[in-house]
Amino acid sequence: MAIFDKFKQLAATRRTLAQCGLASVNVVMEKLLSPTEAIVNGRRTILAGTNNYLGLTFDPGCIDAACRALHESGTGTTGSRAANGTYSGHVALEKELADFFDCRHAIVFSTGYVANLGMIATLVGPGDAVVIDADCHASIYDGCTLSRADIIRFRHNDPADLDKRLRRLGDRAANALVIVEGLYSMLGDRAPLAEIVTVKKRYGAYLMVDEAHSLGVLGDHGRGLAEETGVAREVDFIIGTFSKSLGAIGGYCASNHPELDLIRFANRPYLFTASPSPSVIASTRQALATLRARPELRLRLWENAHHLYHRLQDLGLTLGPEISPIVAIRMNSPEETVRQWCALLERGVYVNLVLPPASPDGGALLRCSMSAGHTPEQVDQIADIFAALQEPGNAPGPMV
Amino acid sequence: MQPNKDILTQVTELIKSLAPEHQDINEATDLVADLDFDSLKVMKLLEELEDRFDISVPLNLLPSIRTVEDLALQLQRIIDEE
Repeated sequence: MAIFDKFKQLAATRRTLAQCGLASVNVVMEKLLSPTEAIVNGRRTILAGTNNYLGLTFDPGCIDAACRALHESGTGTTGSRAANGTYSGHVALEKELADFFDCRHAIVFSTGYVANLGMIATLVGPGDAVVIDADCHASIYDGCTLSRADIIRFRHNDPADLDKRLRRLGDRAANALVIVEGLYSMLGDRAPLAEIVTVKKRYGAYLMVDEAHSLGVLGDHGRGLAEETGVAREVDFIIGTFSKSLGAIGGYCASNHPELDLIRFANRPYLFTASPSPSVIASTRQALATLRARPELRLRLWENAHHLYHRLQDLGLTLGPEISPIVAIRMNSPEETVRQWCALLERGVYVNLVLPPASPDGGALLRCSMSAGHTPEQVDQIADIFAALQEPGNAPGPMV
Repeated sequence: MQPNKDILTQVTELIKSLAPEHQDINEATDLVADLDFDSLKVMKLLEELEDRFDISVPLNLLPSIRTVEDLALQLQRIIDEE
């Protein structure tokens, strides 16, 4: 078999999508106008699928900090953290993250993906077991694969199934790493963290929580689900990203385990990736300070989330199981999803198109993510356009 | 190594319930090439087998499982180890 033969199935899928009216799977943001608006296909478009939860990508303080760092420290570090890529900003951000999470230690990574890849693959190895929620992000699956530990999947948000899996591990359970997410990215549902903590304590296992979508979103201080649930002390490792609420790119791990600093030196994805550029670190530090200083952003985000969820619910759409800044609409078929997604874009609303197998249970989704930067008028506009597409005369028909 | 008959029978029965109707299924049937099982269906099959035998099948074993017989043998190995 030629090395490209395996892509034939992808090519066929792409042809099918094109027949449904999808010219390209990649949307090009031609010009960004604000955290919530861009020009797409020459048209002013509301962005309702960006994970820009606090709307900080255009925050003047973050932009100023990034510009200053660019001028003072240059465009990039040109090296890994272990070589020439540790600047004072990286060290300062690690201290600020540790302080924010009320943990002793934190490590900064170049992306959220690298954070998961590096931490999981370094913490567990051959002979160990890692027990993950079935709906975990691809970076968690990839970290597990890289670790060469036994990968055990438990049913999504099912502590009883987790209990069963740990019981089956016998003595190995005490050394197992359990991984869940704070908010699951596709449907916006929380992990039942209190119950998961109870189970992991029963077996003495370790717990990692990926707060990628819950940082700045959940908890009185915006630390995430562990804070909201009141179990932060029971979580061994908090993982996350700078690319959502903090409006930049990068990742982190925070922990009270003193070994975290040693893990740094055994962590190949960390050791062999160039460190984040000074401007990214500077804007992230400012965004973290803003997240801490302006809890009203979180309140506005939740107002927008409630508003959109209720408006779409009133239209009779089938939504994710709970209200969150991720508002997912369950669709009847991939074809209908593509047609609706194209129609939304034509009318000036960008949302995320989620097709199987990327969707959690094989269905297709239109996934919206709300931002504190959305105005109430924009949220209404998004809902109005969904409503217009529900009208019999306006429903996008088959294109084939 | 031959798979245990009871395990093979249970695996075959379960696969039949998930496969297209009237599909002939035997030990050599390939889950992907012959039955067109996608990743979601494979996961569903595994979850049901795991519950039935009270075991967990590590995902790392999946690349070594292509046929009904491969699956039955892997289950047998895990059961024997416990």
